Amino acid sequence: MNTIIGFIQNIPLDLLLIQTVNGIVTGMILALVASGLTLIFGIMDVVNFAHGELFMLGAYVGVVVFALTGNFWIALILATMIVAILGASMQILTLRPLIGRDPLTTILATFGISLILQNYVLWQFGPVARKISEPITTHFNLFYLEYPWYRLVIAGLSAALIGLFWVFLKQSKFGVWIRATTQDRVMAQAMGIPVPWVYTGVFAIGAALAAASGVLFAPMAGVTHTMGLDWVLKAFIVVVVGGMGSLGGSIAAAIFISLLEAYAAIWVSPAQAVIVSFIVLILTLLFRPTGLFVPTPK
Amino acid sequence: MTTAPLDNPMAPAKRRLSHNAIFWIGFCVVMALLIVAPMVLPVFWRRFLTEVLIWGLLAMSSDLLIGYTGMVSFGHSAFFGLGMYGAAAALLLVSPPNLWLAIGLGLAGAAGAALFVAYFSTRLRDIYFAITTLIFSQIFYVIIFTWTAVTGGENGLIFTRPHLTIPFLYDGRFTNETMHWFVLAVVTASYLILRRVTRSPFGMVLQSIRENEARTRAIGYPVERYKIVAVMLSGLFAGLAGVLYAIQNEFAAPDFVYFITSGDTVIFNVMGGIGTLVGPIVGAGFFQLIRELLSRLFGDQFPYLIPLGVIFIVMIIFLPQGLLGFARRWLNR
Repeated sequence: MNTIIGFIQNIPLDLLLIQTVNGIVTGMILALVASGLTLIFGIMDVVNFAHGELFMLGAYVGVVVFALTGNFWIALILATMIVAILGASMQILTLRPLIGRDPLTTILATFGISLILQNYVLWQFGPVARKISEPITTHFNLFYLEYPWYRLVIAGLSAALIGLFWVFLKQSKFGVWIRATTQDRVMAQAMGIPVPWVYTGVFAIGAALAAASGVLFAPMAGVTHTMGLDWVLKAFIVVVVGGMGSLGGSIAAAIFISLLEAYAAIWVSPAQAVIVSFIVLILTLLFRPTGLFVPTPK
Repeated sequence: MTTAPLDNPMAPAKRRLSHNAIFWIGFCVVMALLIVAPMVLPVFWRRFLTEVLIWGLLAMSSDLLIGYTGMVSFGHSAFFGLGMYGAAAALLLVSPPNLWLAIGLGLAGAAGAALFVAYFSTRLRDIYFAITTLIFSQIFYVIIFTWTAVTGGENGLIFTRPHLTIPFLYDGRFTNETMHWFVLAVVTASYLILRRVTRSPFGMVLQSIRENEARTRAIGYPVERYKIVAVMLSGLFAGLAGVLYAIQNEFAAPDFVYFITSGDTVIFNVMGGIGTLVGPIVGAGFFQLIRELLSRLFGDQFPYLIPLGVIFIVMIIFLPQGLLGFARRWLNR
């Protein structure tokens, strides 16, 4: 009992608060990645294994554009657009011929894509980590730390992008098409919705979201060719924990898991903190396999 | 579900020979070639062939899940790696190192990992099964990578090869030839066991799960239990492959627990032809051969996985059955 009380008394409150902020920041980026993954899965029944690689590719295109122009915001917009076009062409080339086949073939095909992208980047850029400097360099005081404003800007931007995406789904014509296709593919086609192009568009949007989060994340840590796998794994965990195919659930789960990992990183190394999210996944599978953040299905 | 007798597409002219006879004749020819191979081939290709057999065993074990039960596992590196580290533990802790103890401990390690993975991930189907197996294999990777005191962390473990001992019969150092024959014997035995399993009533239930899970459950089979046993069985053979690889190379490294190994396993399966058991071995050979060819043509630095990835995707789209897909029905008859 005494040890427990001692443990609780020894929790560094300032560190806890800092990690809360950190957790929310990474959680918002993760939510952005996961929402693209959920969208692609919910509509096309395609598990995009290459989603992490699109994230990574976005970061690398960002690095290149940033080196050319020196402007972070141009890098962000250009990287998003380039990766969106790349995503669309990927979908047309590899996933479109697979429509109507076993969904498992799509996971294999996207796995092949991720292999190609990862090795291409390794070949072109080498194993050394790249970095983009922060566009906003001012800090504010958080206890003894000088906390960069940029991180809060990222969190805000991610939230704004997700909000924008949500409005797009609810209000625009293409958004209505997307929702109609999710509900009933055949009927949507019968109503004259160009379903194959909806698929391509959705894939492009998902790719764009992943790329944008990649560029946003780039100034926080180095850009390496292996970063994709970490993120796609986390995004998968988020999708399962949040309830498959639910956008709101994914966002909640992303923040939840990032917070837990941030807290765990107070006591163990960040590499081991990953295990916390694995444990959350196991517990979810055991007790609530439909997802933590969705209403109980009938 | 037994399939109705099918026309034999292989050799309409040899109709007089029974299917069984043709199969065993083919089997013996391939075996004879593989037995003679180490005495004929130069050192490099002998080692190449031995490793292809080991990778083939790993891929074959995963074929039991992909091809026969319809579950794509992206976590076979965990079983492979645990087999590796189990063997390493046995070889480092017990002196003199004992081959059979290494195999036993390797299998125990793989079985433990497989039980853990099977218990949780069989609750999910299709894609979610694939993802959870991947995540579980990453758990093992993180543990092995960070627990430096026991596993050697990034550097892995180095040990010496045990003697090849067959109780009361033989005791001697592994030579290149005996290593190859030993691997060949283990892989062949595994193939025959797995072939028997897939043709047994148990294997038929697995195939019916692949064809229609809901109906299998409706008939009254405890599908989850069958799946757990299938994952464990598959994990055991993957662990065996890990033990062989550890003994062949005299080290255990965390790289092999990493996701790349699982990905390669899936590629071998798809390239060679799922649901054939021998296909994955052919796929492993095909993959390694192209890789070797590319690095000889363009140098070691060439990113061989880019062309291989393209070949892989093209095969998924245009040749989903794989290289040996044309013989799938015949082999499973």
